[in-house]
Amino acid sequence: MLSPEERREIEAEFEHYPHKHALTIDAMKVVQKHRGWVSDEALKDISELLGVSVDELDSVATFYNLIFRKPVGRHVIMVCDSISCWMMGYDRLRDHLVKRLGVKMGETTPDGRFTLLPIVCLGTCDHAPAMMVDEDLHRDLDTEKIDSILEQYT
Amino acid sequence: MEKVLTRDVPADGSAFDIKRYELAGGYQGARKALKMTPKEVTEIIKQSGLRGRGGAGFPTGLKWSFVPGGPHAPHPKYLCCNADEMEPGTFKDRLLMESTPHQLIEGMVCAAYAIEADVAYIFLRGEYFLSAERLRIALAEAYEHGYLGKNILGSGYNLEMHLHLSGGRYMCGEETGLLNALEGKRANPRTKPPFPQISGLFGKPTIVQNVETLCNVHHIINKGPEWFKGLSRSEDGGTKLYGASGKVKRPGLWELPMGTTIREILEEHAGGMKEGLKFRGLLPGGASTDFLVEEHLDVKMDFTEVQKAGSRMGTGTMIVMDDRTCPVGFVKNLEHFFAQESCGWCTPCWSGLSWAEKMLASIECGEAQEADLERLAYICRFCAPGNTFCALAPGAVEPLQSALKYFREDFERHIREKRCPWR
Repeated sequence: MLSPEERREIEAEFEHYPHKHALTIDAMKVVQKHRGWVSDEALKDISELLGVSVDELDSVATFYNLIFRKPVGRHVIMVCDSISCWMMGYDRLRDHLVKRLGVKMGETTPDGRFTLLPIVCLGTCDHAPAMMVDEDLHRDLDTEKIDSILEQYT
Repeated sequence: MEKVLTRDVPADGSAFDIKRYELAGGYQGARKALKMTPKEVTEIIKQSGLRGRGGAGFPTGLKWSFVPGGPHAPHPKYLCCNADEMEPGTFKDRLLMESTPHQLIEGMVCAAYAIEADVAYIFLRGEYFLSAERLRIALAEAYEHGYLGKNILGSGYNLEMHLHLSGGRYMCGEETGLLNALEGKRANPRTKPPFPQISGLFGKPTIVQNVETLCNVHHIINKGPEWFKGLSRSEDGGTKLYGASGKVKRPGLWELPMGTTIREILEEHAGGMKEGLKFRGLLPGGASTDFLVEEHLDVKMDFTEVQKAGSRMGTGTMIVMDDRTCPVGFVKNLEHFFAQESCGWCTPCWSGLSWAEKMLASIECGEAQEADLERLAYICRFCAPGNTFCALAPGAVEPLQSALKYFREDFERHIREKRCPWR
């Protein structure tokens, strides 16, 4: 079941669009904000609220990079692998993160603290290499900086 | 030189709030526009020669004039700001939204009025959290001060404006993909015609315009088309946000006269190459543009001159490659991005780009043959304009086809030596 808060947040967007169908992405993002990811169960609930089939919701969910259909850790690390970051040392940073966290790209640490994902250009190419942890952008990275950044997230 | 778009960018990284914006002359362009007719506003923009800053460079006033107007026009009509900014190497609109969000809102009010739009959306990429926060605050302030909503500034004009945060996919930056995304669907492109100006968002007349383009609009209305043309050093009017990333001394973003040469941007503003490195080539305007090399350094960065040199100005944000970066690895990274972000709607794109990525990987690790270079050139022809549904694949092969032209010896050396010489 959608929580009253989730339902309220989704319904608050109704007036911004002429059809409920337009809210598929917003609704999934609301659910993800509260639960970290979008489960099959949540898709059914959103389907009932918006009148959009579960299959269609799933096809939309799997199209977009920022909607998670699997559980993620408490913090999601997204490392920019696009060209400017690649030139400025992405490989080294990725290898460092993989080694330090003990997981591959796309995996979650056994303690559920971090999920490590690649992300396309974060739009901060003049401060490459960069990564985002949850909603925080970290730029001009090196391996030492990464170590101190990780300590900020429990 | 006169700065227009970045004049009021606070040095401390904060946002220019409505009080400071109004004190600096903000919303005067909107006040002026709302006293004109929509046709008059469009005419001023046409006269200014403003061309879209999202990459394609289509004349803005002309685009607006395709929207049906007058008492019998279909409503609601929509204005969509394309703030998706997902092309690698592109980082210009973030600054405008984070530092002067009211500048975007004012430009949008003027543009929406010109096409008689009822509703406007800012389609923002999902990872731009700070832009989202500042735009939300600015939208609330604009409503509170009567610049949005019903009867704006007593003019009788009504406009609702909403912020939409994307689910994240490069295809959302394509005009019709953006409309599908706003309708809550997968961001596949749509067939044209009908063009969005006639049948766009929810089947109604719609204009989609880039952030930087819209931020110019109210300045032109305020100061006139001749002033705008005079800012430039070329045929294309105005200033431009130029940027440089990669191994230059001072990567960054600068507002300069349209038509500033690549050499000036690279050497004076970006400080030249980092110590010990030599310039090999650059993509002038994001990942989907052709390489330019040493012989092109004196080319003026504008739509016409860069095209004459065999590339596109695109977003005007250059990605600079040095002599210690492997050109094969460079284009492999780009094709990985494009193959991954292809929406899968048409065969040349989903099949051709992943094929190109795999072939580049085999060249890089020394498993390719000479004939593979011809196969790569074939993929470039296979993905050319006219063979695909939208511009993603033709853009994706631009860096590849030009790398094969300018750095062919590097590709051949990988094949000959059966390894990457840079490793």
